[in-house]
Amino acid sequence: MKTERLAPWAAYCIVGVGMLFMLAPFYFMFVFATHSRTEIFSLPPPMFFGDDFFNNLAILTKKIAFWRNLGWSVYVALASTALTLLFCSMGGYAFAMFNFRFKNVFFGLVMGTMLLPSFMNMIPTFMIMDLLGWIDQPRALYIPGAASAFGIFLMRQFVTSSIPRELVEAARMDGCSELGIYWRIVLPLLKPALGTLGLITFIASWNNFIGPLIVMRSPDMYTLPLALRSLQSPVDTEWGALMAGSAIATLPLIVLFVISSKQLISGLTVGAVK
Amino acid sequence: MKHSAKLRLSPRWAPWVLLSPFIILFLVFGLFPLGFSMYLAFQSWEPTSGLDAMRFVGLDNFTFALQDEWFWKSLKNTAWLALVSGIPQHLVAIPLAYFIHSSFRRMRNGVVGAYFMPYITSSVAIAILFSSLFSTDFGLINVALQMLHHTPVLGWFIPGTPIDWLNQPDNIKPAIALIVFWRYVGFNLVLYLAALQTIPPDIYEAATMDGAGRFQKFWYITLPSLKPMMFFGVTLSVIGGLQLFEEPFILTGGKGGSDQAGMTTAVYLYRMAFDFNDFGAASAMSWLLFVVVALLTWATNRAFRQRGQ
Repeated sequence: MKTERLAPWAAYCIVGVGMLFMLAPFYFMFVFATHSRTEIFSLPPPMFFGDDFFNNLAILTKKIAFWRNLGWSVYVALASTALTLLFCSMGGYAFAMFNFRFKNVFFGLVMGTMLLPSFMNMIPTFMIMDLLGWIDQPRALYIPGAASAFGIFLMRQFVTSSIPRELVEAARMDGCSELGIYWRIVLPLLKPALGTLGLITFIASWNNFIGPLIVMRSPDMYTLPLALRSLQSPVDTEWGALMAGSAIATLPLIVLFVISSKQLISGLTVGAVK
Repeated sequence: MKHSAKLRLSPRWAPWVLLSPFIILFLVFGLFPLGFSMYLAFQSWEPTSGLDAMRFVGLDNFTFALQDEWFWKSLKNTAWLALVSGIPQHLVAIPLAYFIHSSFRRMRNGVVGAYFMPYITSSVAIAILFSSLFSTDFGLINVALQMLHHTPVLGWFIPGTPIDWLNQPDNIKPAIALIVFWRYVGFNLVLYLAALQTIPPDIYEAATMDGAGRFQKFWYITLPSLKPMMFFGVTLSVIGGLQLFEEPFILTGGKGGSDQAGMTTAVYLYRMAFDFNDFGAASAMSWLLFVVVALLTWATNRAFRQRGQ
C-alpha cells in the first residue's frame, strides 16, 4: 500500500487515545463489578479490582431470579440462532437457486420490510402475542424474527456467490432428493455464512431489550437485560450488583467478539461494500 | 438420512417448501402487524377493555398527536439527539479511518476491534454503566472533570462544580448523545475503512508527482472517494438516530427524565401505549414518526446527490 503515511506518530497518538476512550468504560464495568456500592461511590473511585464480586452476586441472586434470567437469555439466544440459521438458509437457497412465480415481488417485499423502523412493530407485536397467548412465553422472542430479512439477504448473497448451479444439478441427476440436496450439499457449503449469521443472531438476541420489555410480564421470565433494568430504582440502586450483572451479561459477547471479530465485522457491514 | 417417498419433492415445489417457514413468519409477524398498526391508528381503544371496545375515530388520533405538546417535544429531542450524536460520529470516524488506514498494518484488527466493541455490547449494560459514570457527586466523569479543572490552561474551560448530568433537563441530552456517539463511532469507522481500501493507490502516486501535499490529497482524493460511503453511513445514522429508544429509556428510568428532556419519540410511543394505555394514539404516532424517517432519508439522499454533480 502506497498511501501517504500521515505523520505516523501523530496518528498513533490520536488513534491510541481514542482506543482508551473506547475501552475505559469496559474496564470500569469489570472493576466496579468487584466493589461494593459504597466503594464505587467513594473518592477517589476504585481504579483496580476489589474482592466484592461474590457479594455482589449474592445481592443479585437475592433481588432477582438471576440464574433463571441468565438461563432464559441463553435458551432464547440459542433457539433463535438455531431457527434463524435453518429458516434463513432454506429461504436464501430458494431465492438464489430456484425460479418461481412472484420471486422478485416477494424478494422486494422482504427487502422493503428491512427499511421499516422496528418501532412500527412494537404495538402490533404486543397485540399479536396477546392474541396468541404468547405473553410470558420465550417463543414470543425467538420465533417472530427467525426468518429475518437480513438473514435471507445474507444467505441469498452467499449461495449466489459460492454455490455453483452445476453442483446442484449434478446431485439432482444422481437422484438426490430436493431436501437431500439442501441438507447434504448446500448446508455444509454454507458453513462460513452460517457462522456469520449465527454470531449476529446470537448477539442480537442476547442484547434484545424491546422484545422482552413488551412480551415478558413476570420477572421470572425476564431475560438478562430486562432483569438488570428492573434492579434500577430511583432511591436505592445496588450499583455493585448491577455492575456485576452487566459484566456477566457483557463477558460472553466480548469472548465471542475476540474470537471472531473479523468475520463478525464483515458480516455486519455486508450491505455496505459493493 | 433416509428419504421416504413423501419427501421426494419435484423441483417445481421445492422452493415453496423451502420458503414456507419464511412465508408463514413473514405474513404473521411481518405484514400482518403492519396492517394492524395502520388499522389501530384509526381506532380509539384501550387494551384493558377488550377487542370489542374498539371504535373507529377517523383521523382523531392523528390530530391528537399533532396537537400534543409532548409529541412535538419528543420529536425535537429526537432530532437534537440524532444531530448531536450523529454528526460527530462521521466527523471523527473519517479522519480516524484515514489514520488507521495509512499508519496501521499488523495491529489493525485489534485497533478496529477496540473501536467496534461498544457496538456489539448490550445497550442496557452500557446505559446502566454510564448512569453510574454520570452520577453527580462520585461519578467517574465528574471526578475526571474535577481533576482537569485543577490543571493549568485546560482547567479554565472546565467548570469547578460537579455537573448534575441525569437530573438537570439541560444536561440529559448531551449525556445521552455522548453515549450514542461512543457506541456507534466504531461502526462508522469500519464502514469508512472498507471504503478507503477500495481507493486505488495509483491516484495518490499521480497526485504526489503533480506536487500535491498531504492535506490536498486528503481533500481532493480521499474525501470525494468516500462520498458514497458517507451517504450510506449518514443514512444509517439518520434512521438509527430517529429510532433511539434504549439509551434514553434506561437513563431516564423509562419516564423521559425531568421535564421530558430525554424523551425521544420512540420512548414516548412506548409510554403512550403501555403507560397511558392509548394504543390508537401510539399507532398514529408511530406512522407519523415513520413519515419523518422517510422524509429525512429522502432529504439525505438529495443532499448527497446534488453535491455529487
